[in-house]
Amino acid sequence: MMNHTLKGLCNLRAGTVVTGKWHHQSYKLLKPLGHGANGVVYLAESMKGIVALKLSDNSEAVTSEVNVLRRFSKVQGVALGPSLLDVDDWVTPLMKKHIPFYVMEYIKGEDFSTFIRKRGKEWIVILLLQLLSALDKLHQEGWVFGDLKPENLLVAGPPPTVRLLDVGGTTLQGRAIKEFTELYDRGYWGLGSRKAEPSYDLFAVAMIMIQSCCPIKLERKGDGRHQLISIIQADGMLRKYQAVLMKAIDGKYKRASEMKQDLLATIHRSAHSHSKQRASKKTTQKSQRSKKRKRGKAKSVVETALIIAVLLCAYAIYVYHQILP
Amino acid sequence: MRKGTLRQILLITDGCSNHGEDPIAMAALAKEQGITVNVIGVLDQDTIDESGLREIEGIALSGGGISQVVYAKQLSQTVQMVTRKAMTQTLQGVVNKELKQILGPDVSLEDLPPEKRGEVMEVVDELGETVELEVLILIDTSGSMKTKLPTVKEALLDLSLSLNARIGDNRFAVFVFPGKRGNVEKIVDWTPKMEELSTVFPKLTSGGLTPTGPALREALTYFERKRSLRSLIRDDESYFEGSM
Repeated sequence: MMNHTLKGLCNLRAGTVVTGKWHHQSYKLLKPLGHGANGVVYLAESMKGIVALKLSDNSEAVTSEVNVLRRFSKVQGVALGPSLLDVDDWVTPLMKKHIPFYVMEYIKGEDFSTFIRKRGKEWIVILLLQLLSALDKLHQEGWVFGDLKPENLLVAGPPPTVRLLDVGGTTLQGRAIKEFTELYDRGYWGLGSRKAEPSYDLFAVAMIMIQSCCPIKLERKGDGRHQLISIIQADGMLRKYQAVLMKAIDGKYKRASEMKQDLLATIHRSAHSHSKQRASKKTTQKSQRSKKRKRGKAKSVVETALIIAVLLCAYAIYVYHQILP
Repeated sequence: MRKGTLRQILLITDGCSNHGEDPIAMAALAKEQGITVNVIGVLDQDTIDESGLREIEGIALSGGGISQVVYAKQLSQTVQMVTRKAMTQTLQGVVNKELKQILGPDVSLEDLPPEKRGEVMEVVDELGETVELEVLILIDTSGSMKTKLPTVKEALLDLSLSLNARIGDNRFAVFVFPGKRGNVEKIVDWTPKMEELSTVFPKLTSGGLTPTGPALREALTYFERKRSLRSLIRDDESYFEGSM
C-alpha cells in the first residue's frame, strides 16, 4: 500500500537534481535502486562521487534511520551498514513539498539470493558465518538488526563480503522490534516474542538458511515448529545443520558467536566424516583387491602342481614301458 | 517518572454503516476526549465500494488516526503497523505542541534542522516504547465479515504479541457490533493479555445491521476517565526539557 507522495517519489526521472535546503548539496539522480515500506533509494552523482540517496515521505522514519546510521558510524571498522554522508530536506519544484532525504555510501554488490543462485549453495554457510560475525558486533553495541532477510543483505566484493542494508528495523535491545517481515519473524511462527534481543536476529538467520536452501514460497500452517522441522529434514543440506538450526529456532543461542562456533563445528565434523568415509572405502577396496590377488596366486599353484603331476605321470608311464619291453 | 496513557480505538470493518448516528461525527467526539480512532477496512477479493471507502477515511481523519484498507491476508501486519504508527503520530503531536511552546507557534518539526530532529525523534521513540497504551478494539461482525473473523482473531493475537514486547504496559478490550441485545457487546474486558480472545471468538454469530456510529459512541464510555492526554505532557515536562 503506497500513498501518492511515495508513488511520485518512485517515478523521478533520471537527471533530476535534488538539492538540500540546509546543507545546499546537490545530487543528480541516475537510476532507482529499490524501494521499501517508507522510501525509495536512488543511485546519484554528487561532488563526493557516486552515492545512494534515500527519499521518503515519512519524516519520522527517515529521522529514526539516520539516528541508527549515525550511531553505527561511531562503531569503526565494522561493515554494519552503509556509512552516512548527508541528511537534508528537498523542496520539490513541482509539489512544493519538503521531502526528507539522506545520503549514504553506495555499496556495489549483488543481493544475497542472486549471488547464491549464480555462485552456488556452498556460499550460503560462508556468507552466514560472515553475517553472524557482523551481528555479534552489532549485538555487543546494544542493538538488534530486526528486519533481517535476504533482501536486506548485499554481497559486496571481491572478495565476497556480506553487508547489512536498510536499518529501518534496527532496535535498541530490550525494546519492541520496530520493523519486521513475517517470514523471518519468530512471532509469526509462534516461536517467541518480538522483544529486541540477539536471539531474535538468530532466528532470522536460521530462516534465511532455510529459505536459501529450498526457495519455496513458505507460509505458516498450524504448528510452526513442526512445519520447520519437516522442511529441514526434507533437504539434504539443511539436515546436516539441523542441530544448529533448531537451537536457533528455539532461541537457545544467547550470542551470535555461539551459533557461529556451532556452524563451524558442524562444517568440520561433516568434512571429517566425509574424509573418514572416503578413507574407509579405500581400505575395503584394497583388501578386496588383495584377496583377489591371493585367490589368483592359489589358482596358479594348483595349476603348476597339476602340470607337474601330469608330467610325472607321463614320465612314470614312459619309464615303465622302457623297463618292460 | 510516571507516564500518561495513550488511548486508541481500533475499528475493523468491511464497509458502510447503515444504522444510527454518523460514525464520522462520533470519531470527532472521540478525538475531543483525547482518544484516537484508527480504522482498518478488510477486503475480500475485489474492491470496496466508494462510499465505504469514504467512510473509512472519514472516520480516521476526524478521529485523528490512521486508516488502511487491506486484503484479509495482510491483516496481521497491518493491524500492528497502524497501531504503532498512530501511537507515534499522537506522541509526535504531543511533542510538537511542546516544541511550539518553547520555540513559538510557527515552528514545527520540519522547521528544525535535521540534526535537531534526530534528538526530538529519540524522545518520541523513547515515549512510544514506555508509554502506557489502552486499545479498544471494535469489530464489525455484520454480514460479510463472518468469513474474515478467524483472520481478525489471528491479527489481534499478533497485535498483542507486538505490543507486549514494549516496555510500557498495555491494556486491551474487545467489543463487537452489532451485539446480541444492544448496538455493541463487550466480549473481552480490559486485560493486558489477549489470549482470552481464543475462547470467546468461536461463539460469535454475525449478522444484522451495521451500527458503526452508535458502537463508537458506546465504546467511548468504556475508557476510564482517570488521566487525559494533556497529563502526559505535564507528567513528562521535566523529562522533555531535560533531554533537549
